Amino acid sequence: MLFVFFVVNKKMNNINRNYPEKPEAVYYFGTCLAGTFYPDAGMAGIKLLQREGVRVIFPPGQTCCGQPAYNAGYWREARGVAEKQIELFPKPLPVVVPSGSCAGMMRHHYPVLLADSPNIDRILNFSARVFELSEFLVHVLDIKLEDRGVPMKVTWHSSCHAMREMNVIEDSKSLIRQLKNVELVELENEHECCGFGGTFSVKHPRISEAMVRDKVAAVRKTGAPLLVAGDCGCMMNISGAIAHQKLPVESRHLAEFLWERTNG
Amino acid sequence: MDDQTPLNFDENVARALSDSQLRKNLAFAMGNFRQKRKAIFPDPIELEALRDAGNEIRRRALARLPELLERFEKNCVENGMHVHWAETTNEANQTVLEIMRTHDATRMVKGKSMVSEEMHLNRFLAEHGIEALETDLGEFILQLSGETPSHIIVPAIHKNKAEIADIFHQKIPDTPYTEKVEELNGIARRVLRKKFHEADVGLSGVNFAVAETGTLCLVENEGNGRMCTTVPPVHIAVMGLEKVIEKLSDLPVLLRLLTGSATGSLITTYVNMISSPRKTGEKDGPREVHVVILDNGRSKIYADPTFRQTLQCIRCGTCLNHCPVYTRIGGHAYGFVYPGPIGKILNPQVQGMKKAGVLATASSLCLACEEVCPVRIPIADLLRRLRERMHQGTGHAAPDFNPSGSIAERLAWKLWALLNRHSGLLHSAEKVMGSVGFISPRVGILRKWSICRTTPTISPRRLHELVEQQGVDDE
Repeated sequence: MLFVFFVVNKKMNNINRNYPEKPEAVYYFGTCLAGTFYPDAGMAGIKLLQREGVRVIFPPGQTCCGQPAYNAGYWREARGVAEKQIELFPKPLPVVVPSGSCAGMMRHHYPVLLADSPNIDRILNFSARVFELSEFLVHVLDIKLEDRGVPMKVTWHSSCHAMREMNVIEDSKSLIRQLKNVELVELENEHECCGFGGTFSVKHPRISEAMVRDKVAAVRKTGAPLLVAGDCGCMMNISGAIAHQKLPVESRHLAEFLWERTNG
Repeated sequence: MDDQTPLNFDENVARALSDSQLRKNLAFAMGNFRQKRKAIFPDPIELEALRDAGNEIRRRALARLPELLERFEKNCVENGMHVHWAETTNEANQTVLEIMRTHDATRMVKGKSMVSEEMHLNRFLAEHGIEALETDLGEFILQLSGETPSHIIVPAIHKNKAEIADIFHQKIPDTPYTEKVEELNGIARRVLRKKFHEADVGLSGVNFAVAETGTLCLVENEGNGRMCTTVPPVHIAVMGLEKVIEKLSDLPVLLRLLTGSATGSLITTYVNMISSPRKTGEKDGPREVHVVILDNGRSKIYADPTFRQTLQCIRCGTCLNHCPVYTRIGGHAYGFVYPGPIGKILNPQVQGMKKAGVLATASSLCLACEEVCPVRIPIADLLRRLRERMHQGTGHAAPDFNPSGSIAERLAWKLWALLNRHSGLLHSAEKVMGSVGFISPRVGILRKWSICRTTPTISPRRLHELVEQQGVDDE
């Protein structure tokens, strides 16, 4: 218990994270939002891993990490769903997740949510194996990207949990910077939340609206025709607001963007 | 607890968001504070070490709180100060009133004190014929305009120069309209100087109460705090019972963190260390010093070791400055004395879930507050735990009133859990919705979602199907 408490309070910083050697195979947790709304983004993550010579295992029973209920205060419901996911990833393989937020949930919050579980050792073991996609591509696979696309400008949105829980933003950006024909224009107030926050966006729609409007204004200011993001939640929020305002800006998940640029 | 009417947060938010001047003032001021904080803590490694030290000092103090409070009281009394304990704000107000009456006092000058705001002391004293004048410039402005603070460090941050110029012109007799900062300061100084000398009692807050020496540490930039605590014959200091720290050597770290986080300065213009009333032969200082130690729900928070972390707070206000919600709605919308992230965890615990629980839901859990908190309060974690307490009451005596969890909401989460524990069921449900194109109902949460966004469409081919088609291994 004390250990768990320490982990949560320190928000284990990835700067000190020990990355494993390149494994023969990895598990892939596709996330519920990619699964339902952005399947091509989810698939692109798998293809990037496979292209690096890693066998990808996708347990078909996977659904959602449980974060929506956990953050909304429905911990009982969240526990049932979280325990179910852990069961599906039993082998001692890395679990790669194309979302900083879901990865943060599985890595940092499962030990809190399930602190009283009799299987706490198994849970800690699972959490320690969770990696966000871009940190895995950079630190474990040492991926080298060859850009085959036409020159273009893009901007990048940092998800709060990728930034403050998983600490992987520099990894994500470094992947974009590997693309020689892509100019990355940074967002003003990049460190500020886009206003999604799961149920926050519908519990406090007016505050969320004020936040996403400012985010869209910042995207517009960059002049980039494409917004790249590493989290489907933020992307759904910002791109939904962009579409609502009928602006000519596309959005793409990082995995899909990288795959499109390098597989052309 | 007195009034249990739930806070009408939505209405407050709507009002705040429609005030474009407020939005502009806040965006400007908060951006400024964030930059200044960053500049004063240039070395991230040093900053993290400082925050670790700050956390350790506050945790150590809280771990021994009852003992340290007794030691603090004993040393204060030995130093010639009077110590009073108040369980409720009403008791604290009565204590202040009794001290005033003992001295036939009718005029009070006040330094900035959030605890006195918590007590609604000015209103209480006014009802008893006592004038309590705010002397902190921001508080002075608000007292003139009949408002309450919207920020715990910079109370009038929601006002700009022109608005302040207008208040001075309207409310202070014979004052011409001016937007020049020096002239505005001059006007306030002229009014306040006179009041400092006329006052019977000076009241102040306390930033840190040092148990080891029985010392009140008070920081400020305007000199009004020193005037309030030295010029009038009686000084009353009000403090929350969590303000105590173990020893003087804990102060440097906390002061560096407090001033750096609060205003982005290295040190405040005045650092007052008050350990006794005027001693024989001394030429200034009050003849009496009273310390009023307020509980008002703090010991209830203290009882739970996880929620106890709320009491680590040193009231620097930097969580407000970095909060994307506070930056957009300002302090008044929160409806209680303490706004922003700290208010979201403090008010529901002090005021009760029924009254203030909605505040715990008003966060996207973006962690901007946790990232900057000088004493590392895990605000997002506590928010989640408050929400959990609100809905399910696990680990607590009874589920508290739930301001937002309608029966429909509870059922929705049960259904969500059922579907997400059984992927087959989930996929069938999604397939049905996907194949009919999922025409979004313009009701309920989707209506709220779509006030400013298009609704996402369920993809006709889900990831699970793509994976199967492409022959990705399933074990």
